[in-house]
Amino acid sequence: MSALDVQHGYAQLHALLSRVTGDEKHLPSATSTLDVLWVLYDRVLNVSPDTVDAPDRDRFLLSKGHGPAAYYAVLAAKGFIPTEWLDDVASFLSPLGHHPDRVLVPGVEISSGSLGHGLPIGVGIALGLRAQGLTSPKVYVLVGDAELDEGSNHEAIAYAGAIGLDNLIVTVIDNQSATHGWPGGISSRFSVAGWSTATVDGRDHDAIEHALRTPLPGRPHAVVAVVEPKEE
Amino acid sequence: MRERFVSVTSELLESNPRTALVLADISAAAFEPARVRHPDRVINVGIREQLMLGVASGLSLTGLRPIAHSYAPFLVERAFEQVKLDLGHQQASAILVSVGASYDWTQGGYTHHSPGDVAVLSTLPGWTIHVPGHPDEMEALLRQAVASDDLVYIRLTQRANSAAHLPDGHQANGRIHLVRPGSKALVVAVGPMLDPVLTAVSDLDVAVAYTTTVRPFDHVGLRQAAPSSDIVLVEPYVAGTSAAEVNLALADRPHRLLSLGTNNRELRRYGTPREHDVAHGLDPAGLRRSIVDFLTSSVS
Repeated sequence: MSALDVQHGYAQLHALLSRVTGDEKHLPSATSTLDVLWVLYDRVLNVSPDTVDAPDRDRFLLSKGHGPAAYYAVLAAKGFIPTEWLDDVASFLSPLGHHPDRVLVPGVEISSGSLGHGLPIGVGIALGLRAQGLTSPKVYVLVGDAELDEGSNHEAIAYAGAIGLDNLIVTVIDNQSATHGWPGGISSRFSVAGWSTATVDGRDHDAIEHALRTPLPGRPHAVVAVVEPKEE
Repeated sequence: MRERFVSVTSELLESNPRTALVLADISAAAFEPARVRHPDRVINVGIREQLMLGVASGLSLTGLRPIAHSYAPFLVERAFEQVKLDLGHQQASAILVSVGASYDWTQGGYTHHSPGDVAVLSTLPGWTIHVPGHPDEMEALLRQAVASDDLVYIRLTQRANSAAHLPDGHQANGRIHLVRPGSKALVVAVGPMLDPVLTAVSDLDVAVAYTTTVRPFDHVGLRQAAPSSDIVLVEPYVAGTSAAEVNLALADRPHRLLSLGTNNRELRRYGTPREHDVAHGLDPAGLRRSIVDFLTSSVS
């Protein structure tokens, strides 16, 4: 049995995460994206290590590429990458860096790090799938509340809403880290542009899954997953 | 050249189901018939250049062959990080086709001028950069680009030469080729600079070579065409943009290089393109003056 045949459950994520961070003390709750990532890969996304190049796979784009420890831990738990890779992050020969690179890591759909690129690329992937008659796969993009500061997101939000791009689903991890906040709420930025929206507890797996699975027909969908404020 | 771009792209959208076009309002009216026929592959995102390039990237990642098109400053300069990260860094690919060049619309002013597009794009790995001097060349280069998966920039201009120079029959090959023999120096004209150069040197004993393509730069062709160690490079954008390429091609031999192009200062003038040519010394008289000075200052 190769390392990639081993699948891990949520209970093992802490140990995998610790191998990336080298930090035994932090609980998974210290990582804002962990639960949403787990729900996506465990319950929602139609993609597996065997289908990372399949044209009809679901796409997941981690736009918020900072602090990808939870992403790597989930990819390892689900068998996309060997767990051994977690022990050597960001060395010269490691495929895993502090920002993920799609060319180096199986299952990683975009290289991120600079903020505000994932959502516009996700719009293009959603349009490309639609243009080729691939109606079943969906495009999931994860952004952060502070990342929404970047104006490129708002170009994408306005356009996707205007054309009713309903194979696009965005999750905003809201750990209240945007310097100037979002008076009026994050979801209103999407709903005013014609998106369906839901706001959930970003640690509640059933609530996250339910929100991701209940878009309105004919509209792109945004799920705001609220977690604890970012620690200073 | 722009009209030919519209007609050829519309035809490619019809004949090749991989072809896609992404617009940010510029030229949208000209492509409206194509959009009506192929609404899934002719995508106008509105006045949103960051999104235009992100969408091009995403289309490419699903296997389509996108062309993104706008005015040169909005296509290359406004969202340059998207060009860098959403295309090359993702191993996605696209063809960028610009209009406006260095100062096609002189009456529009500096906001619509891009004398630096080729220079900034040259800082990124993997790009092929074409500067066609005639609609026929543009068409050949565009068809080649669509058939490839390369990162390709095609810089359109209204300043066409009187005739196309396609040495391989109908195929532009991106090489430097000799247009006119001569002995004292080689003058390399890029794209629309050929006609002004030929007029400028009509009574001078210099060779003239031509290329539509500056990245990759044809080092071998330059060495073969050069009759002496004196080179004059004439580009229709910031002077010296390809100087390092010429020096690399001739690194093993003593040589002199005169780089001509737009001088990198802001004129703050409207007027006509011909008046701007004079201001930059890119009209035939100005080119002749610079080339004669260079030849007569030769130590050899």
